[in-house]
Parts: sequence; C-alpha cells; structure tokens
Amino acid sequence: MTEFFQNLGLSYEWALFVGMVSGILLIAFPVMLAVALVIYMDRKVLGAVMMRRGPNVVGPFGILQSFADGLKVFLQETIIPSAANKGIFLLAPIITFTVALLAWAVIPFADGVVLADINVGLLYVLAISSLGVYGITMAGWASNSKYPFFSAMRAAAQMISYEVSIGFILVCVVLFAGSFNLSEIVNAQKGHGFGFINGYYFNLLLFPMWVLFFISSLAETQRAPFDLTEAESELVAGYQTEYSSMAFALFWLGEYANILLMCSLNTLLFFGGWLPPIEWEPLYMVPGFIWFLLKTVFFFFIFSWIWATVPRYRYDQLMRLGWKVFLPMSLLFVVLTSGWLMFTRYG
Amino acid sequence: MTVFAFYMFAALVIASGAFTILARNPVHSVLWLILAFFNAAGLMVLVGAEFLAMLLIVVYVGAVAVLFLFVVMMLNIDFAELRAGFMKNAPLGVAIAVILLAELVLGIGAYRAGKLELGTPLGDAAPIAGASNTESLGALIYTKYLFLFEVAGVILLVAMIGAIVLTHRGQRSTRGHQNIAKQNARRPQDATVNVKPEVGQGVEL
Repeated sequence: MTEFFQNLGLSYEWALFVGMVSGILLIAFPVMLAVALVIYMDRKVLGAVMMRRGPNVVGPFGILQSFADGLKVFLQETIIPSAANKGIFLLAPIITFTVALLAWAVIPFADGVVLADINVGLLYVLAISSLGVYGITMAGWASNSKYPFFSAMRAAAQMISYEVSIGFILVCVVLFAGSFNLSEIVNAQKGHGFGFINGYYFNLLLFPMWVLFFISSLAETQRAPFDLTEAESELVAGYQTEYSSMAFALFWLGEYANILLMCSLNTLLFFGGWLPPIEWEPLYMVPGFIWFLLKTVFFFFIFSWIWATVPRYRYDQLMRLGWKVFLPMSLLFVVLTSGWLMFTRYG
Repeated sequence: MTVFAFYMFAALVIASGAFTILARNPVHSVLWLILAFFNAAGLMVLVGAEFLAMLLIVVYVGAVAVLFLFVVMMLNIDFAELRAGFMKNAPLGVAIAVILLAELVLGIGAYRAGKLELGTPLGDAAPIAGASNTESLGALIYTKYLFLFEVAGVILLVAMIGAIVLTHRGQRSTRGHQNIAKQNARRPQDATVNVKPEVGQGVEL
C-alpha cells in the first residue's frame, strides 16, 4: 500500500500515513457492511428455523432491513438517565465498538492481505478481546440501575472465565504452528491432514480443541446459549437496558463485529483460513478471500443455528463448564500436544 | 514518528497515573489506572518488547484490572469516612513514600553509573539475533532461568490454593453439592406426573 502511494508521488512518510488510513478504511467499511448483512442473515436463519419468513419487506428479499433499522436508531433521541454517570455512560458504547474493530487489524483476509502482519498477532487478538469486557462493565455500572449492574457483573465473570481456556487452546495451536503470527499459522495448516486436507481440525489432538474453542467463542461473545448478560427473562435487556439510539446501535454493531471476529478466528486457527479445504490445484483458482469469506459465513450460520435451537444455560452451569470442564481439558491437551510434538517433531 | 509516539505514550502514562490518585470516584481511578497500563504497553512496543506488551494487556488489563474494577464497583466507598482516617494513617503513608522515593533515587543512580548489562558476563542472555522476542524469551526462561521460572509458578500455585482454602473454610457443611450427572440424567417422565385427585384429597409430592 505504501509503495502504491509512493508511486503516486508522495514522500515516504505521507505515503505510509495515507496507506495506513486507507488500509484501515478498507477494513472498517467492509466489516461494517458485513455486520449489517450478517444481522440480516441471522434473522433469516432464525426465521427459517421457526418456519416463518424473517425480514422480507425492505429491499429485495428484505436485504436492506438492517440499513433501515440503522437509519431508525440514528434518528431516535439519545436519552441519558439523570442518575447515570454521564462520561462513562457515553464512553462505554464507544469502547465496545472501537475494541470490536481493533482486532481486525491483524486478521489476514487472504495471503498477504493484512493491515499489520505482526509477530504476536494471536496474542494481540487475545489482548483486544479481553478488552471487550470493559465496554459492558462500564455500561452496566454507569447506568446506575440494578439490572444493567447484574449484567455487568455476569459479563465480567463470564468473559474472564472463558478467556482462560481460550488462552490454553490457542497455546495448542501455536505449538503446532510454531508461531504467533496468524498468516504463518494458516500457512502451517497447508496439507496438515494426510497431506491433502488444509486445516488443523483433521488432527486428533486439535479437533477436541476446536470444539472447545467454538463453544468458548460462543461464551466469549455472549451468544446463545450463553447470553446470560442479556437474559431478557431475568435482566430486562442486560447492560443495554438504559441505552437508546446510536449508543444502543454501537453496542449492537460491536457485538456482531465480535461474533464475526470469532467466526474468522475459528476459520484461521482450525480450518485453514484462506486456503481451500482440500489441497487440490483447481481449487486454488478461487481467490483466497472467497474461501475465507465462505468459511466465516459457514461458522456464522452455525452460530445462528445454535441460537435458534439451544435453550439458555443456567449461570452456575456456565461457570462449571468454564472452570471445571474446559480448563482441565485444555490444560491436559496442552500437555498432550507439547508431549506429542516433543516426541515427533523435536525429538 | 517514534519520538512523537514515545512522548504521547509517556505523557499519557504520567497524566493517567496522576488522575488515578486525583480522581474522586474510585471507579474513575481504576479506569485511569487501566489507561496507564495501556500506555505502558505502548511504550513497551516502542522499545521492541511486543511480547511483554501483549502479556501486560492480557494479564493486567484483561484480568487483574477487571477484578479490581469488579471489587471497586461492588463496594460503596464513602469518601468522607476515608478522609476522616487520613491523619491516622499519615505516618505510614509518609514512610512508604520515602521508601519509594529512595528506591527511585537509587535506581536512577544505578542507571547513571553505566550502561545496563542485561544478562550474564558471558553475554548468553542476549536476545537471539534474528528471532522474534517470543522465541528469545522462551529460549531464556526455559533453559537458563528454568529454576526461577518454576519457583515463581509454584509460589502462584500455593497462593491459589491458599485463596481457595480461605473461601471454603467454615462453610463445608452448609454448602449443598450439586450432582451434575444426576441433573443431566433427569428426564421429563421422572419429573412430571399426571394425577387426577378426588375431591377433598391432596396430592402427594
């Protein structure tokens, strides 16, 4: 990108700056567009599962429904409760939204198509996703209302619990790939299964880890069946209860951007990212970006499928699953994986 | 560019550190502290320690500070009460401040005495040339500093066990333990019965 702008006659610094800004815009706008379409898809899948039509009025097949909703919340009045802590109340949705976009900086959409190809890419994603909890906690506290506060407490406990096991699962993947760089992790998956399957899911040590990672990513993004932070039967609407208008929309967009991020992480870490599913020359005719998109959308479909089918967990069940099942299992697999690699690869 | 970034991060660390102390609301204090952690991580990235920077964010911002915030939000701290006890604790505070200041002066003195030798006289603690600092750090702590590293791990384990024992002490009998397998094995036909009681008769539960 920098070279392209340098060829247009800019000095190196300006070319770097303009290149970075346009790179950021090139990621942020498509991500926002994808979020709008994915919300539509979510509602369509839910509708299909419940044997109804879903959104079908605005635009062809109702595809513009999300944009109409966006316009609606944009025109609504922003209400700030008089007892709220104003600064933090307004800061919380901004943080949620910003953090949801930040992590996309290190996601490789295709071979070499990544804004920041840093060595610690995976750790960066982990660090940024651990920041997501602040938006929710601050929103819950600043609302100065009991249900949002309960929701904030739940969110903090839930996200910290599942981050621990996600960390250990990532360690397994990193051990196999030998790098924290997301592009290198994807490249290491090339022909991993018997030399023709691209992806770590075809590995007895990593497949259980993928299952744990998928369930943990449901918990991390507070999707059903782990959506206890906005359990409407108990907590009204959770931390968003007091929010209206754009502030509410920012939470919504941030939440879906996070879900998409988790779907793309599933793709990148276990299902070969931009590589075609099978190592077969004609499949490389399809651009890597399309494979990445297809896999990510597939995972999103599973997310909404689960939302439509599985009832909500009880809170103590959620905590038990995180600490007493996932944590010991992922720890065991870290030991098994490193032992296996010691035995086979490093001798 | 780097100079600009350095002064921005450094100024923000100092400013948010100051606001941590000056903020009237304890929750605001914690949030300022988090901003300080964040900018410190930025400084670490600037000196090329990106692995440590990410760990700082994951561990301190992502876990420790969240629990901090958690506790501070739950406590309803009354500031007038805290201020009333100010003079009582003043000598202790002054003592700690003096110790910290002395350490700072010593540290600056040590720094001015010469270039800091990070590592051993043999120089085998230097980062591996060409390797990322994740690999360099791993190569060091799993070979040369293995003992210290494991001792640190054992200390943390002991602390964790201690915390768990403290929370469980004295409530062993009152806690009802759930049998998860029993809960999962429960089926609708075990849980529901269809009865038609006669008039004037109760239902046995």
